Amino acid sequence: MSTQQAEPESQEAPKDPEMQGAESPAAETQEGDGAVDQTSTDASELDGETVHIKVFRYDPEVEGKQEPRFDDFHVPFEKGMTVLDAVMYARDEYDSSLTFRHSCRQAVCGSDAFFVNGKQRLGCKTQIADLEAPVRIEPLPHQEVVKDLVVDMDHFYDQMHTVEPYFQDEDTPAVDDLEEQRQSPENREKIKMSSRCIWCGACMSSCNIAAGDNEYLGPAAINKAYKFAMDDRESEEIKEHRLRILEQEHGVWRCQTQFSCTEVCPKDIPLTEHIQELKREAVKKNLKFW
Amino acid sequence: MSQSYNRGLIEDFGRWKEFSAGMWAWIFHKFTGWVLIGYLFTHIAVLSTSIGGAQGETTMVDGEAVNVYTATLQGLESLFLIRLLEIGLLAVAVFHILNGLRLLMVDLGIGLDSQDKSFYASLVLTGAITVASVPTFLTGVSI
Ligand code: SF4
Ligand code: FES
Repeated sequence: MSTQQAEPESQEAPKDPEMQGAESPAAETQEGDGAVDQTSTDASELDGETVHIKVFRYDPEVEGKQEPRFDDFHVPFEKGMTVLDAVMYARDEYDSSLTFRHSCRQAVCGSDAFFVNGKQRLGCKTQIADLEAPVRIEPLPHQEVVKDLVVDMDHFYDQMHTVEPYFQDEDTPAVDDLEEQRQSPENREKIKMSSRCIWCGACMSSCNIAAGDNEYLGPAAINKAYKFAMDDRESEEIKEHRLRILEQEHGVWRCQTQFSCTEVCPKDIPLTEHIQELKREAVKKNLKFW
Repeated sequence: MSQSYNRGLIEDFGRWKEFSAGMWAWIFHKFTGWVLIGYLFTHIAVLSTSIGGAQGETTMVDGEAVNVYTATLQGLESLFLIRLLEIGLLAVAVFHILNGLRLLMVDLGIGLDSQDKSFYASLVLTGAITVASVPTFLTGVSI
């Protein structure tokens, strides 16, 4: 099909996929259904008109949806479309019960981390055009699924709070004579990457050590601790205190350098590198024989 | 919240195709480590016959009295299966050493960006060394 035809068709497109979208939630995709899906998708995917997404569905409150399954949606493709755009379209046009988190739509809030085609990614940052169809969209692994693409993040937040993720300094002057607390450009550069974390939880979900050890702080929390431990404005005592939290049994030593966190982090934070550096800090701190 | 869904371990392992280089390196390192520990025990068992050998214990091979230690070693070495296992043992040990060096680099913060490449390099080197060792291991084997 030519590109000229693509436009009028894409306006009609909702009708056709609506049927498919509406059908699939009712029953698991049946033989015939699947066959129709496949042919229509194959042809149109080549033209770049609709994109076939398979979305994980689960709802404990609706009978018949308690058994997890995948629903197929055929979403009209637009240039620059992201995974989040696609699921939003599917929700708005085909099935309003499709549930997922999102907010900023610009990789800042960290709420729409999904498991897309076998990898943890931010929905709003991932271009559909970069993915192989059909695009499989699932909730983050290693976290319990509350509904559809929504996972329970409580444990992740708990771990993040364990490392006391706030600036601490006993020397902070009283409010009246509060002055600027300066940081050297070099120090800023050192913690720059670690400060980019948006608490999306993708790293934690990709880490199979964290999956096997519920007490492991996890890459995000350790990175958060790194940000403060390496900040020159905090005192030596506070740094020691931070290292004490980190060098516990379920702290930095649990990391087995699988690099999966570093690979999935949407903010390109060198997580493994930070964890290794903290390991070295912990060793240095304990190796003072003189 | 009334209920939630836990996808469980089985599904995790079912995702092996999605594992990345660092993950495979980890799995292989653990596996080769356990194999080496297992080997150490069999190695000790074989070595222990040298005590008997030193005390002059003998065993009958083809109607001749032979030192037990020598007989044990010769008996094992003549088996094709043992030769194959030795090649496997070499492969396991070489990979474990190379990946161990790779991990040492990672620990020191060196070459973190090419951690996947160093894993592939370890694999290729292991393969090459193993293949090169085959003629040596298989000479003079009966059967
Ligand atoms: S470290 Fe990266 S992957 Fe982990 S929570 Fe922060 S932004 Fe997300
Ligand atoms: S919607 Fe905020 S990070 Fe994607």
